Amino acid sequence: MKSSQRERRSFLLQMGGTAAAAWLNAQWPVVLAAAQHAHEAANSKTPGKFELLTAEQARQVQAIACQIIPSDELPGAREAGVVYFIDRALMTFASDARPIYEKGIGAVNQLTSTKYPERKTFADATAAQQEAVLTELTAGQGNGGARPEIVPADSEDFFQTIRMHTIFGFLADPSAGGNKDYSGWKVVGRDPAPSFSPPYGYYDKGYPGWQAVKAEMEKK
Amino acid sequence: MKQARVTYKPSDEVDFAIVGSGAAGGVLAKELSTNGFRVVVLEQGPYLTPNDFSHNEIEVFVRHQLTNNPQLQPVTFRKNPQEKAKLQPSVMYGRCVGGSSVHFTANFWRFHEIDFVEHSKVGDIPGANLADWPITYEDLEPYYTKVEWEVGVSGLAGASPFDPSRSKPYPMPPLPVKGSGVVFERAAWKLGYHPFPAPMAILSQPRAGRDSCVNCGFCLGFGCEVGAKSSSLSAMIPVAEATGRCEIRPNCYVHRIETDKSGHATGVVYFDRNRNTHLQKAKAVIVCANGAETPRLLLLSTSSQFPDGLANSSGMVGKHLMPNSAAIAYGVFDEPSNDYKGFAVSRVFHDFYELDANKVGFYGGGGLDARFDFTPAAFALSGLPPGTPRWGKEFKKALQQNFTRTFEIFCHGTSLPVESNSFSLDPDVKDAWGLPALRMTYRDHPNDLRMMEWMKDRAMEVLDAAGAKTKWHAPIEEQEFAVHLLGTCRMGTDPKVSVVNADHRTHDVPNLFLCDGSSLVTSGRGQPTMTIQALAFRAADRITGLAKRGEIHA
Repeated sequence: MKSSQRERRSFLLQMGGTAAAAWLNAQWPVVLAAAQHAHEAANSKTPGKFELLTAEQARQVQAIACQIIPSDELPGAREAGVVYFIDRALMTFASDARPIYEKGIGAVNQLTSTKYPERKTFADATAAQQEAVLTELTAGQGNGGARPEIVPADSEDFFQTIRMHTIFGFLADPSAGGNKDYSGWKVVGRDPAPSFSPPYGYYDKGYPGWQAVKAEMEKK
Repeated sequence: MKQARVTYKPSDEVDFAIVGSGAAGGVLAKELSTNGFRVVVLEQGPYLTPNDFSHNEIEVFVRHQLTNNPQLQPVTFRKNPQEKAKLQPSVMYGRCVGGSSVHFTANFWRFHEIDFVEHSKVGDIPGANLADWPITYEDLEPYYTKVEWEVGVSGLAGASPFDPSRSKPYPMPPLPVKGSGVVFERAAWKLGYHPFPAPMAILSQPRAGRDSCVNCGFCLGFGCEVGAKSSSLSAMIPVAEATGRCEIRPNCYVHRIETDKSGHATGVVYFDRNRNTHLQKAKAVIVCANGAETPRLLLLSTSSQFPDGLANSSGMVGKHLMPNSAAIAYGVFDEPSNDYKGFAVSRVFHDFYELDANKVGFYGGGGLDARFDFTPAAFALSGLPPGTPRWGKEFKKALQQNFTRTFEIFCHGTSLPVESNSFSLDPDVKDAWGLPALRMTYRDHPNDLRMMEWMKDRAMEVLDAAGAKTKWHAPIEEQEFAVHLLGTCRMGTDPKVSVVNADHRTHDVPNLFLCDGSSLVTSGRGQPTMTIQALAFRAADRITGLAKRGEIHA
């Protein structure tokens, strides 16, 4: 909760005394609490915390999500708790996608073991092997090329789906249950503050006002 | 001080039953209840308040918290009337109290003089049914001013040399400029255009007990948590309810307008949230259900007296759909503008509002704005340059580099009124209530595609002048998706070719009125809500006058 408290304090300072602040004062802790609750599973070290995915499925989903948004000096899908977001998604708004995951995970594992007979599943493969498998899987996507024979049907749908869910779990507002500790927003550079005052960035700093710019341009 | 909310029984014959609580319905509810009439507003969606709004993209974009849900309300699409339509979610509209004004971008341009008299000025255009409006800009000007002051619009009067005449300045200064606005503005000046602060229906100062914008950055698609966006929900509905004469009745899906033997409307039939059917009796009915659902409701209301649907003796109900045309160019810049902060649009120019067809080779015009309307997740899905890897280290690096440095130039333009572009009832597909689904038939007039190509080229030039280091544009393609639902019950003086008259009264049913995007005769240049609300304020005056003179018995 430490980071939540810090955010709330800086937020209160920023908002001053308007009535909008009064509303957000009342609501912001609730929002943070909801996000906190959603993250509890992610923080837990105890096994069996998935609602839908088996531990084995979760291991594969985690491995794929971590290839889609890998961790480096900045957080990736792992740190954002994407696998927990996907587990909850499959219990709720994305329950239609359960068969896509079931078949897709199987297809990705099959592709892995065909390419690398010593690897039974995608998660067992090395990072370089995983990258090669996904490269093969996604060849032809988005550029109209043909999918190699070796790639099983359904896997394309599966990759599109898990990619979308990984992005939501990484970058959606934490009230949706992912983006743990604003991991995704750290990567893209979005300040998690709930409100802002200008100047917002490089270009509007020191802007003299529309009238002044107009006068200056008319002189030229 | 606070009035108890009034409730009416369906058997109470109220003065007006208003179908829909959006941009137009909210204004009519407020005006007519203020004028002393007893009003029930039936809204198919829920009554959400700012406490229900969040930044949760799953709720908003995936679970359709604020908009029509294609799973419950399927829509079918086809390009021309010979084809069988296929299931395709081709229409999006607000489905909650306040309608689309809850989630919209809040660009609030007035139409210009030309928009009302295009047919006289340019004559017939092959393949289109261009017509003059039965009212002019001068007729509507006082109501544009009323919208600005009563609903709450921020802007700078006189800033655009292309602006139509106005009787009063804006009630509030423009919102702060964004980085995109600064870069766009300088580039536009350089190219000889006339950029100006975007008129926005968002409060730049506290007003009428409402708060000003806190620049949270979740604007397009989301409900405003502080009520600064001037939706019907925050600006009109509370005033209507405070009269003690207006009931907002949410979760009520009106699917039929009843008429008596004399051909007068007697009330509206609706499903409540438990799918029980009720008849709300009313002395007059005003349909403000949007340019898709208004014609659909008329077409559903058949009877032996009105076999082709209510108010459809002209056969024009549902015809001439105009969704406005659009082109988008994207640029990535060297430094972070952090355009994710704040509302979407801060600068715009109207130099292309009225183009010379002889010079450019097409008819119409439009406006360009600089904006950023992506949430971070939406940006990752669709905001990166073409060819960027879609996963892995390079994907992550592109997100890291581009999110704070990207913005769009959005070109908004005319759609010509083509008769076969339409909403109708699908003969096969049913909605979750067992009623015929909405069917959209649409193919852009070739003129509109030529215009968007041209606009897109101008937007790319602006990005060049602005110093974008990477730029690209969305492909110019035939549109298959509509959010601006315009022209489908067009206004006119001739009952043979129009559905409502200048008072928004249907030619066929004397106590039935239609007021929303469907009333528009031409499409303007892409920002219809301001005009829809000006029409609604005017309609309220006209309808009040008719009632006072005893021409309708409200």
